Amino acid sequence: MENIDAVIIGGGPAGLAAAVELWNRGIRNMLVLEREHCFGGILRQCIHDGFGLTRFHETLSGPEYAKRFIDKAEELGIPRMVDASVISVSEDRIVKAVTQEGLKVIRAKAVILAMGCRERTRGALQIPGERPSGIFTAGVAQAYMNLYNRKVGKEIVILGSGDIGMIMARRLTLEGAHVQAVYEIMPFASGLPRNISQCLNDFHIPLYLSHTVTDIRGKGRLEELTVQKVDRDRKPIPGTEIIHKCDTLILSVGLIPENELSLGAGVLLDSGTKGAVTDEHFQTSRKGIFAAGNVLHVHDLVDFVSLEAEELADCVARYLKDKELPECSVSVLPGKGVGQMVPRKISGTEDVTVSLRVTGKMENCTIRVMQNGREVISRKMKKALPAEMIRIPVKADMLDQNGDVEVSVL
Amino acid sequence: MKKKLICIVCPNGCEITAETDGSGKVISVEGQSCSRGRDYAVQEMTDPRRTLTTSIRIEHGQMPLASVRLTAPVPKDMIFKVMDCIRKIRMNAPVKSGTVAVRDILGLGADLIITRDVPAEGTEK
Repeated sequence: MENIDAVIIGGGPAGLAAAVELWNRGIRNMLVLEREHCFGGILRQCIHDGFGLTRFHETLSGPEYAKRFIDKAEELGIPRMVDASVISVSEDRIVKAVTQEGLKVIRAKAVILAMGCRERTRGALQIPGERPSGIFTAGVAQAYMNLYNRKVGKEIVILGSGDIGMIMARRLTLEGAHVQAVYEIMPFASGLPRNISQCLNDFHIPLYLSHTVTDIRGKGRLEELTVQKVDRDRKPIPGTEIIHKCDTLILSVGLIPENELSLGAGVLLDSGTKGAVTDEHFQTSRKGIFAAGNVLHVHDLVDFVSLEAEELADCVARYLKDKELPECSVSVLPGKGVGQMVPRKISGTEDVTVSLRVTGKMENCTIRVMQNGREVISRKMKKALPAEMIRIPVKADMLDQNGDVEVSVL
Repeated sequence: MKKKLICIVCPNGCEITAETDGSGKVISVEGQSCSRGRDYAVQEMTDPRRTLTTSIRIEHGQMPLASVRLTAPVPKDMIFKVMDCIRKIRMNAPVKSGTVAVRDILGLGADLIITRDVPAEGTEK
């Protein structure tokens, strides 16, 4: 068994940013484990640009963004492996990985979960109907087109208005496919407004809100879909059926943090984010196991993934040095209007940034952080959308060291 | 003429209202939260432009494609013509991120650059 100070699971933007920052903090005995043949994670297939505006003050494509971190890891000589799939993490931080060198068993002082997220599928939505081919999640279609040079279809319908779905609508149109429409079950789009503008409106692709696919038909390949308008409870309204003749249905219906390994380690998950419950040091309910990036909560922007991973790395470096991090006994509770939030435990003695999403579209709202009946912070916002993560920095001197903190949006 | 725009410069996606006079000159821009938003609105009202990302075919590479992007936005109505031009390109591996695949594509003032490394087949990565 090998002894390693920090094992990082996942070589995407979160894992690599954490590794580089750990190195900069003087940690050398570490290992990044990546299950794919290349580093970079999902950015490898995100060939569109718009990445890096916050961090690098320029607009990069996904592969270019990843390359900045891959090159840095290379330059520093950070220990890392590709084709290395972690199969288990135990409560006491024994990491088992299948690698090209055989089974690797590592005793880690700190484990960094950076596995990212996966897509919700047709199964998760329970769309009735037949089971023909031609139904893809947006990310799978993106991999086929952008990595493997495969055409996914000619006549396309997209269900879900997530960013990847809209980006694929543009990508498919540019490559000669006909995107008939994008349907969204909610009364608001789940992706960013600029993607509605530049990916749909630019190409005259209609977006229908409060609609969903209610039947799928096809022998072999997809032939026909039924779409219906839904009511406020998201129940299909009879008589509103629209029939689409198409060969491809693309699903962009949400991302879920990839936490099978975390569950195996006994890490407690948050029902809001579907990621680990973490404290302000990104430590999970298991001592020495940390999580950041999309495995913790799904982000809209990779800049915040890499930033969060660096904040995590600073905490892990401290943990490795001091063997202990300050206790976090103050609970942070999501109040009215808050759909999900990170972190859920804080010390009250250190500055912290709370990341949250609102439950629905709001205008002229106020985000309020309360503790012990006292207003800690209130921030007015012209608009707030579930698609946009909101980050609220809170200074330590504004907080008490006991008493729950509640965050609400009114 | 008044037009509502969503700024595409950054993820904030500001809702901008821009107004032009009879000659098409922009006379007011409201709703943006930075100067880039203002520039975008003026550009969008007078000469809408878009950048483009896609991929090109790579022969004898470890991957069949290399992703590419334009270094500057081009007129919006030229996007499909630029795509037609890009579709015909073939390059031999290895190719490097940052390499110019086409200089001044269709004379529009933007270069097409490669955005990922594709090593040659059978070589160590």
